[in-house]
Amino acid sequence: MSSQGGWGQSKDFLDLVKSIGEARSKAEEDRIILRELEALRRRIAEPDVPRRRMKEYITRLVYAEMLGHDASFGYIHAVKMTHDNALPLKRTGYLAVTLFLSEDHDLIILIVNTIQKDLRSDNYLVVCAALTAVCKLITEDTIPAVLPLVVDLLAHRKEAVRKKAVMALHRFYQRSPASVTHLLPNFRKTLCDNDPGVMGATLCPLFDLITADANSYKDLLVSFVRILKQVAERNLPKTYDYHQMPAPFILIKLLKILALLGSGDKQASEHIYNVLGDIIRKCEPSSNIYNAVLYECICCISSIYPNAKLLEAAAEATSKFLKSDSHNLKYMGIDTLGRLIKISPDIAEEHQLAVIDCLEDPDDTLKRKTFELLYKMTKSTNVEVIVDHTIDYMININDNHYKTEIASRCVELAEQFAPTNQWFIQTMNKVFEHGGDLVNVRVAHNLMRLIAQGFSEDEEGADSQLRSSAVDSYICILGDPKLPSLFLQVICWVLGEYGTVDGKYSASYIMGKLCDVTEAHLCDDTVKAYAISAIMKICAFEIAAGRKVEILPECQSLIHELSASHSTDLQQRAYELQALLCLDCRTVESVMPLDASCEVLEVDKNLSFLNDFIQESIEKGSSPYIPESERPGMSSVSNFRRQNEASSHMLRFEAYGLPKPSPAHLIPQVSVSTSTSNLVPVTEASYYRESSQASKVPSVTDASSADLGTKLRLDGVQRKWGWPTYSSSGQSSTSSTNGVSHVDGVSAQSRDTLYDSRRQQSEVSAEKQKLAASLFGASSGKTVKRATSTHRATKGNTGNAERMAVSTAINPETSTEKAAPPPDLLDLSDDAAPTSTPTADPFQHLQVLIGATPVDNTVKAVGLESPNLMAFYTDIPSGSRKTTSTIHSAVPSIKKAPLQNDETARRVCVNPTGNNPNLFRDLLG
Amino acid sequence: MIRFIILQNRQGKTRLAKYYVPLEDSEKHKVEYEVHRLVVNRDPKFTNFVEFRTHKVIYRRYAGLFFSLCVDMTDNELAYLECIHLFVEILDHFFSNVCELDLVFNFHKVYLILDEFILAGEIQETSKRAIIERMGELEKQE
Repeated sequence: MSSQGGWGQSKDFLDLVKSIGEARSKAEEDRIILRELEALRRRIAEPDVPRRRMKEYITRLVYAEMLGHDASFGYIHAVKMTHDNALPLKRTGYLAVTLFLSEDHDLIILIVNTIQKDLRSDNYLVVCAALTAVCKLITEDTIPAVLPLVVDLLAHRKEAVRKKAVMALHRFYQRSPASVTHLLPNFRKTLCDNDPGVMGATLCPLFDLITADANSYKDLLVSFVRILKQVAERNLPKTYDYHQMPAPFILIKLLKILALLGSGDKQASEHIYNVLGDIIRKCEPSSNIYNAVLYECICCISSIYPNAKLLEAAAEATSKFLKSDSHNLKYMGIDTLGRLIKISPDIAEEHQLAVIDCLEDPDDTLKRKTFELLYKMTKSTNVEVIVDHTIDYMININDNHYKTEIASRCVELAEQFAPTNQWFIQTMNKVFEHGGDLVNVRVAHNLMRLIAQGFSEDEEGADSQLRSSAVDSYICILGDPKLPSLFLQVICWVLGEYGTVDGKYSASYIMGKLCDVTEAHLCDDTVKAYAISAIMKICAFEIAAGRKVEILPECQSLIHELSASHSTDLQQRAYELQALLCLDCRTVESVMPLDASCEVLEVDKNLSFLNDFIQESIEKGSSPYIPESERPGMSSVSNFRRQNEASSHMLRFEAYGLPKPSPAHLIPQVSVSTSTSNLVPVTEASYYRESSQASKVPSVTDASSADLGTKLRLDGVQRKWGWPTYSSSGQSSTSSTNGVSHVDGVSAQSRDTLYDSRRQQSEVSAEKQKLAASLFGASSGKTVKRATSTHRATKGNTGNAERMAVSTAINPETSTEKAAPPPDLLDLSDDAAPTSTPTADPFQHLQVLIGATPVDNTVKAVGLESPNLMAFYTDIPSGSRKTTSTIHSAVPSIKKAPLQNDETARRVCVNPTGNNPNLFRDLLG
Repeated sequence: MIRFIILQNRQGKTRLAKYYVPLEDSEKHKVEYEVHRLVVNRDPKFTNFVEFRTHKVIYRRYAGLFFSLCVDMTDNELAYLECIHLFVEILDHFFSNVCELDLVFNFHKVYLILDEFILAGEIQETSKRAIIERMGELEKQE
């Protein structure tokens, strides 16, 4: 078959392609195409263009568009061509529209009618062409127009049509799950189709469905296993073989599905073991496709309930991958190693040198994969080496997205496994310096929280050491003109909170530094806000300590400037600071208590302090408040509105004049949309668990707990923020931070010995071996044990269970605290803490140690000020655990954090200014 | 899921591009430019996989032509690498000993073959013979 001319194209077209091929530069190519488009524009608009000629014009338009030029003037002609009766023209028309039109293009509505007609055609090739177009062009709005037709095609006599109909339904499911949910049983039917092509195509939608909800498809497991067995035993037609492997693409899809179905399910997994073993035995790693199947087997083995024999086979295959010369296989080996290491951590030691080789490989893809592996195998013994390496690597990354990810990984590891405070602070500094503004906001907030809470609750000394080393390093680093905004915010906050605590730096020195920061970053309002708040705190501490505050001239001018700022937030902060300076010592102390950022904020959700006022009003004759839902007449209105929406929302595609009610398929659709919301029952379930627990606890009955209902609701409200309630999160974090302090001494020791022993060997490849040893060196068993004993190895599944345990353990305590009337709160914590909770709250310790416990009537003010960091509490569990889902769930709570801060800060500082005398009196008696 | 498939020569000229996710035109050009830059200078010894934004590109070079597939992070790289090869085998069979010029002059046929092979971002048919037979039937209609 000759490539040129043999396909019935005119000389014009061949010349065009040829001249494009010979074009020397992009500019020349552009010129040719533009000339071509100009000619086409003229010719295509001529009347009575022969149909065959038109087909070629359209093809040329496709060509021009592919080279990146706009051929939109021809779209309408392509649409017209889909109406043509001759199949070749129709196909060309469909091909052109699928390439031309984006899914929200106006012209699509013109094609829907043609598609409907073609789906009913007797010629199965026409139907196929239409189905191909359906997959690309039909959107959520137009699905109802073709859905019934496509469903009918599932029973078409030609397997090609059935196959494409399955794919089309899959596409519909991806675009709008609700529109096809009632059709899902059809996939079970097509799975049993006689044609392997149709069966193979059905695996795609089933994979998606099982990913979303594995439990509803457990019954299919046996069928999948049977199919897998048949495929592996070469019962499919020979045409599906690829490089002597029976239907490998179908095999791989099946293995993916089985991995999902068997995950964490021992019973289901037992069905899979045999066939998996068979496949692995038959897989001789002679070609790529064998390795692809083998890789998928290993993924499956690591996903389902572990089986010792299979794991052994998987480990063997992995080591074959790693020892291979092919980079591709090494890459796969690193990947499988990362999967297996979760199940049996010892496996890595055997391959340490191979891993190091990959780490130093010039191939960036392989390198990245290896860093991912290192991230997975980080322990307290090798954290320093790994994080240092990762940061070195991070410096040279250009890809912002990836850099962000790497930065947050470093931070996560540093937080979890940091051997010393010094190291932790320095690592964070490095990450911020090199990561710049790419570092996630969450990271900054976590850092502030960690500094505020400290790592340990036993020794207060370690915490203050951490803080002063942070302050020291920040003062040092502050001279750098290129610090990212986020880091500056952290620095300002820490300096404000702890800058003067240990007495090393004078208040005026710190304030001067803070003023410098604002001067160096004139256009960054957030940094300014942090700086001025920090200045305010320092002033407050000074006043509270009975010293006189000297306001430096530059500070004075800063306040002046900010109180005239365009930003209301900055203005407010400036005014608050000015107001604060006029207050007396005792008031300031209660407004801004020292080191109170970890206090828990009590929010009276029920607004119970207004009860008296309401009572009074009702007695005076006001009508009581009725919730919206209970008002007569309201429900019917909202019902009506909902009905209206449901019926008017959709486009109508059936012809006018048929006075039947809405089509039948609409009805299940509506009911379905409600059921889909149940697909994500996580939050609901946890909410119920929490609330039922709360109700089970015989809540210390007292005045405020009279209305039990509100208390339950309050739990639910807190749920939304992160996972656990505030106090439980505080507890869990202390237990885990406790872990770090435990690990500290041991790991430091073992590290020292390691280094020492290594220094003695002086070999050629010493460098490499050193690296390997520091990565893999310490026996993993030991660390794991230690980790679990200190609640450290909270990865994946264990995290969940533990969290439950923690929250159950905590709950009674929570409820007592919550139930207690506000004025007793501090008394309770002071007296009862040592007896009732021997492990103790770090905050109480802090209070005791500092001795600055505010007394008597200031309670409420403390409650208001303390939560500066409240938002970070909600973050704690997500910060200390590794699942990706936690990161997602943490995001909303972070967004709320600054808001909350502002609000509380405002409330705190507005009250004493005297602008609101009533509230003022309330607060201070 | 396959996000897009691009055929480019060494100069970065697009020989074929098919997107299974909606992208703006300007975005498509940017993608084509970036993918070309990613794959063209890679050492032949290196892996055939490159991370691309939040996905990864699996590519394979045949003479002067790069076949690049963009797939999800969790997809089986080797399988898609073989998927490219299967596609090339089909082309080779159809054009009997395929060369770049065949693809250039018959790019619309290549699109048709691709539509039989991959649909809506998933591999729909892996039997070479089934695809060749389907194309034969279509050719008869011309």
